[in-house]
Amino acid sequence: MSTQHNDWCSEFLTRVIAAGIPVTHIEKSTFDIWQINAYDWQQFAEFAHHEGLRWSAGWAEQRDAQYLVNACFEKQGSYIVLRATLDEAAAELPSQATVYPAANRSERHTHDLFGVKFTDHPDPRRWVRHQAWPEHSYPLRKDFPAAGYPEAVTPPDMNYPFIKADGAGVYEIPVGPVHAGIIEPGHFRFQAVGELILNLEERLGYVHKGIEKIAEGRTPESLARLAGRVSGDTTVGHAWAACQAMEQAAEISIPPRAALLRGILAERERIANHLGDMGAICNDVAFIFAQVHFTRLRELWLRSNAKIFKSRLLMDCIIPGGVSCDILEADCIVVREDIKRLRKELDQLIPALDLNTTLEDRLYTAGFLSEPIAAAFGALGYVGRASGQTFDIRRDAPYSPYDKVAFKVAAENQGDIASRFWVRYKEIIAAMKLLEQFMQQLEPGELTTPWQIPTAGAEGLGIIEGWRGEIISFVRFDSGNTIARFYPRDPSIINWPALEKLVLNNIVPDFPVCNKSLNGSYSGNDL
Amino acid sequence: MFRILKKTLTTGMLTERFKFPKDAELEQLGIEIKQQIDRRFSGSLAIRQVDAGSCNGCELEIHALNNPYYDIERFGIHFVASPRHADILLVTGPVSRHMQTALLRTYDATPNPKWVIAVGDCAVCGGEFGESYASCGKVANVIPVDVTIPGCPPSPLVLMSGILGLMKG
Repeated sequence: MSTQHNDWCSEFLTRVIAAGIPVTHIEKSTFDIWQINAYDWQQFAEFAHHEGLRWSAGWAEQRDAQYLVNACFEKQGSYIVLRATLDEAAAELPSQATVYPAANRSERHTHDLFGVKFTDHPDPRRWVRHQAWPEHSYPLRKDFPAAGYPEAVTPPDMNYPFIKADGAGVYEIPVGPVHAGIIEPGHFRFQAVGELILNLEERLGYVHKGIEKIAEGRTPESLARLAGRVSGDTTVGHAWAACQAMEQAAEISIPPRAALLRGILAERERIANHLGDMGAICNDVAFIFAQVHFTRLRELWLRSNAKIFKSRLLMDCIIPGGVSCDILEADCIVVREDIKRLRKELDQLIPALDLNTTLEDRLYTAGFLSEPIAAAFGALGYVGRASGQTFDIRRDAPYSPYDKVAFKVAAENQGDIASRFWVRYKEIIAAMKLLEQFMQQLEPGELTTPWQIPTAGAEGLGIIEGWRGEIISFVRFDSGNTIARFYPRDPSIINWPALEKLVLNNIVPDFPVCNKSLNGSYSGNDL
Repeated sequence: MFRILKKTLTTGMLTERFKFPKDAELEQLGIEIKQQIDRRFSGSLAIRQVDAGSCNGCELEIHALNNPYYDIERFGIHFVASPRHADILLVTGPVSRHMQTALLRTYDATPNPKWVIAVGDCAVCGGEFGESYASCGKVANVIPVDVTIPGCPPSPLVLMSGILGLMKG
C-alpha cells in the first residue's frame, strides 16, 4: 500500500520529527512501520488526532525480553503501524485512550493479557480478564502455558466495579450473560428512570477462548481454520485477512482466479448477513412479515452456498495461498439466477417496508448515533456509513480483486436505526453488482500459489473489508513455518462502544432493536 | 398494506415445499419428531439455547430452524427465553471458563426432567479451540450431556435429526 501513500504521510512524518518525536521509518512492501520511543506514545496520538488520522487497531507481542506495542492508524486509505519497544522490566507507556476513545478497551485488553501498563489510562479497570486467571498473571506472555492454571470451577466475576448512578427513581437492570434469545453471551448494565435509559455499560469477555494464545505454534493452514472461527458469521472475512497477512509474510501473491473467488465468497457472506440482520431488525419491532421473508431469502442464499461451495456459511473456503473451492460454469448460472431472484424479491419487499408506518414509527430517530460521535469512535462498516463515515477499504485502499471493479460505497447520514437498515439494503445492491463483475472477469487458472516458508520473524498485516467493516489481522512467523503471533481485530471491537452512546435517551424496550442495528460480534470482540 | 397482503399471498405456504422429493426426508423426520414428542411431552418441547463460548456459527444455523422452510415450531418444538421454562438445553461452543459458572447455573435452573444437547464440534469434542487457560473444552466437561450433534456448524437438517436422537434415547 506504500505506493498509494498520499502526500500527507511524508509531510506528517516531517512535522512529527520537527516537533521532537524521533521516528525510525521502516518501509515494508505493504505497510509502513514508524518506530518511536515509548514516552512519545501519547504525544504522537495527539499529533495524529490533529492531523485527522483514524485510530484503527492496537496490539502487543513479546519478543525475547521485550514487548512490541503497536497501534495502527489510517487516513485516506494509507495505513501506518506505530511501534514502541519496551523492556520487560519497564513495560509501560502513556495511554492513547485519552486522545482516541477507540484505544480504550484495546489497551485494557493488552494490559490484561501482557501486563503492559498504559499510564494515565482513563479507565484502568480489567476488561477481558474475569476470573479465569489471577490479577498479576498474563496469558500471552511466553512463560504462561496455554493450558494455564485453571480452577475446577472458574468463579463468576462478582466484584467488577460497574459505574453507579444515584438519585430519586434511578434503578439498575442487569442483563446477561445468558440472554433470552438465541444470541451470544455478554452482560449489559442499564441505569434507567422509568423506561428511559440514563446509561448503559457493556461488560464483555464471556466468550474469551484464548484465540491469540492457541494460535501460537500453528501451521498456516491451521491458523486459517482458527481465523475462520474468530466470528462464525465472518468466517470468510477473518480467514481472508489472516491469509492475506500470512501471504505478505511469505512474500507470495495469489492467482487472479483465487482473488476473484475470494471476492465472490466475501460478497456472498455480506449479502447473507445483511439479509439476516434486516429481518431481525424488523422482528425486534414485532414486524414479523419482514422477518419471515428475509429469513426465507437468507435460507435460499445459504442453500446455494452449500450447492456451490459445499458449506452453507462458507467455512474453510479460503486457505493460505488461495482458495480450496472452485466455481464451475454451471455454478455461475446458479449465482446469476440467485442475483436475479433476489433483485426481484427485494423490488417487491422494499416498497412494502418503506411505506410501512410501524417501521417508520419505530426505526426513525431511534438509536441515534451522531456524526461527531461516530467519527470520534472511528465507527466502521454499516454503523459508520449510517452516520456519515464513508470509509470503505474496497474503495479507499483496494486489494485484489476490488482494484479492478467499479464500486459505490453505500451511505446514509441520519444516524438512526432506519439509516443502518437502509445502508444494509444499499450494500446488498452494491454487493450483487460486485458479484456480477467478479464473475465476468473469471478466467481459467490456478486456485492456489505454492506456499513458501516465511523467514523467522516475518510479519504481515491483513486489511480486509468484512461485512461488518474493516478487519485488521496481524501475523508474525517463527522459524519452521509456525505462527509466533496472531491478532485479529474484528470491527466489533471498534463498534461496541458506539452502542453505549446510541442507546442513551431511548427506552429500555428499544434496546434489542438498537443492539441488532449495530450487531456486534461477542466472539470477535472477546477472542 | 396491499403490498404486504399481495406479497404474502403470492409467496404462499413454503412449508408445503417439503412434499417435493428433495426435501421429503425432512418432512418424514419432522413427523417422526412430532410423534416422539407427543408421547413424552404432550406435543410441546421447550428448548433453551445457551451459547457457552461459540463463534456464533452454530447460532446462525439454530436460528434457521425457525425460518419458513424448516419451521420447527409446527412440530411442537419451540425456543423459550428462560431455562426455567425449558425441557432441553441446547448448548453450543467450547465452554469458555468465563461462562462456566453461568452454564452451571443455567443447568441448575432448568427443572427436571431435562436433557442436554451439545451442538457443534466445539461442544461435542472441543473443536478448534479445545482446552486451554480460557476454555473448558467440550460441554460434557462441565454438565452431563445426553445427545451430541457434531458439525461445524451442523446444518438445520442435522440439528433436527439430533433432536430426534434425544427423543429416541
